[in-house]
Amino acid sequence: MEVVLELTDVVKRFGENEVLSGVSLSLHRHEVVCLIGASGSGKSTLLRCANLLETIDAGSISLFGQCLEDERIDPDLVRRHIGMVFQSFNLFPHLSVLDNILIGPVHALKRRKSEARDDALALLDRIGLTDRAHDYPDRLSGGQQQRVAIVRSLAMRPALLLLDEVTSALDPTLVGEVLDLLTDLAHQGTTMLIATHEMNFARDVAKQVVYLDAGVLVEQGTPEEIFTNPQHESTRSFLERVR
Amino acid sequence: MSLTTDEGSSPTPPLLFASRRRRLLVGRRGVIASALSSVVILGVIVAVFWLAPGGATVRYFFFNPHLMWQAFVGNPRRGLSSVGWGLVTNLWMFVVSEVLVLIFGLVIAWVRLSQSPVLFPFRVLATMYTDVFRGVPILLVIFMVGFGLPELNIGFLSTQSPAVYGCAALTITYSAYVAEVYRAGVFSVAHGQLLAARSLGLTHTATMRRVILPQAVRTVIPPLLNDLISLQKDTALVSVLGVIEATRAAQIYGSTVFNFSGYTVAAILFLLLTIPMTRFTDHLVARDRTRRLAGV
Repeated sequence: MEVVLELTDVVKRFGENEVLSGVSLSLHRHEVVCLIGASGSGKSTLLRCANLLETIDAGSISLFGQCLEDERIDPDLVRRHIGMVFQSFNLFPHLSVLDNILIGPVHALKRRKSEARDDALALLDRIGLTDRAHDYPDRLSGGQQQRVAIVRSLAMRPALLLLDEVTSALDPTLVGEVLDLLTDLAHQGTTMLIATHEMNFARDVAKQVVYLDAGVLVEQGTPEEIFTNPQHESTRSFLERVR
Repeated sequence: MSLTTDEGSSPTPPLLFASRRRRLLVGRRGVIASALSSVVILGVIVAVFWLAPGGATVRYFFFNPHLMWQAFVGNPRRGLSSVGWGLVTNLWMFVVSEVLVLIFGLVIAWVRLSQSPVLFPFRVLATMYTDVFRGVPILLVIFMVGFGLPELNIGFLSTQSPAVYGCAALTITYSAYVAEVYRAGVFSVAHGQLLAARSLGLTHTATMRRVILPQAVRTVIPPLLNDLISLQKDTALVSVLGVIEATRAAQIYGSTVFNFSGYTVAAILFLLLTIPMTRFTDHLVARDRTRRLAGV
């Protein structure tokens, strides 16, 4: 299977503080990789480095075999192929649900609004929110907002999705609808790199699970290997704490 | 100290009624109390002016109704400028500079927030510009523009009327303030909005235009109106270039008839202009606050 995203010995520092210490990881097409680890272990930073929201201090990241540290790389083009969903949704409050979904295709991809609109409505239909197309985000529940945010990034038809603890800010009763949508996407072969605290979800959808601790990739394997038979003491103790 | 609530420690439940003194100030009694205090305070202020040893003199020199009316309408035959007509000059100077300030300020803010390496020299210039013109007293800027430009002898730039130079000086100074207001507004938009827009592949310019600025406008309007109110008043300073606007007309009137009532007229006219604007600003602030509290 083709490698979409590849990280090699990535190091990221914020001042004195080393947040990622030589992380290597590859993501294949149609594959779901889940990042687990305590808050502050570097999961979010890793995702942000992958779509150039942060620059890295050493190592390299490549997308479709092209090194992103190359000076000729256009960050905006890179980001158009990578969807990102945030913990706090970050929908645009001054735009309707439909316009939130349209802003990327229309203003970044320069697609015709009329045809982008049909796609956007189809996406909204898929998450059952067609009737909310003209509402503003603050009229929606957290779960609905996050589903719109996911669909907003899908409207760009990205090659992969980065999801940064997308259920952590949600009311427990709303977590299910978002995870269901992600499970759906996983079954349809969406390539995803997911930072999450939902261990059962990770076990269900991930092809690979990666455990990070203080910026170090401690252990990587199939959900089976990580959850039932972790090799490292720190993985074991982390899993015990979240259980 | 034990970590429990205080239940059962006292045989009677605590009383929840306000004290007698505080009860004087709630409900209908509160309305009476505020009316009463207003009357007393206003009364004291008026009494102080009325009964002060020089009260009669001040009333004659500043609040002479007949002279106030004369100053307002002016008298061309006696060479007395009308304060009312003067205000028209203030008004157009204000409107012209206001429009220019809003546009020019936005341009400067845009340049300072830009990221393109090509614009680097402009960024430096824009930063120096805001530093300089926020620091130099506006009166000096008016002098420099109003007396400096005509001396330069460069075509039409040096042949304008003093009022135009006044507008130019006001625009120069206030654009620096307003640019900073715009910039603060941009910084007030949550960082996540920028991240979300950029991760959709929107360029810096598209992010600013489609995502950040529309949201910044909301926070920017009250401080912006504040600066415009200030600009409205500062049109009076252009009188130092010999423009006969309201304050200058009042001054001419005053030195001719040896009475300051014209100044009072000018003050009242300025108030009539600015009060609607200040009320409107307060209204916007209050509306925004209610909306925020309602989570809309």
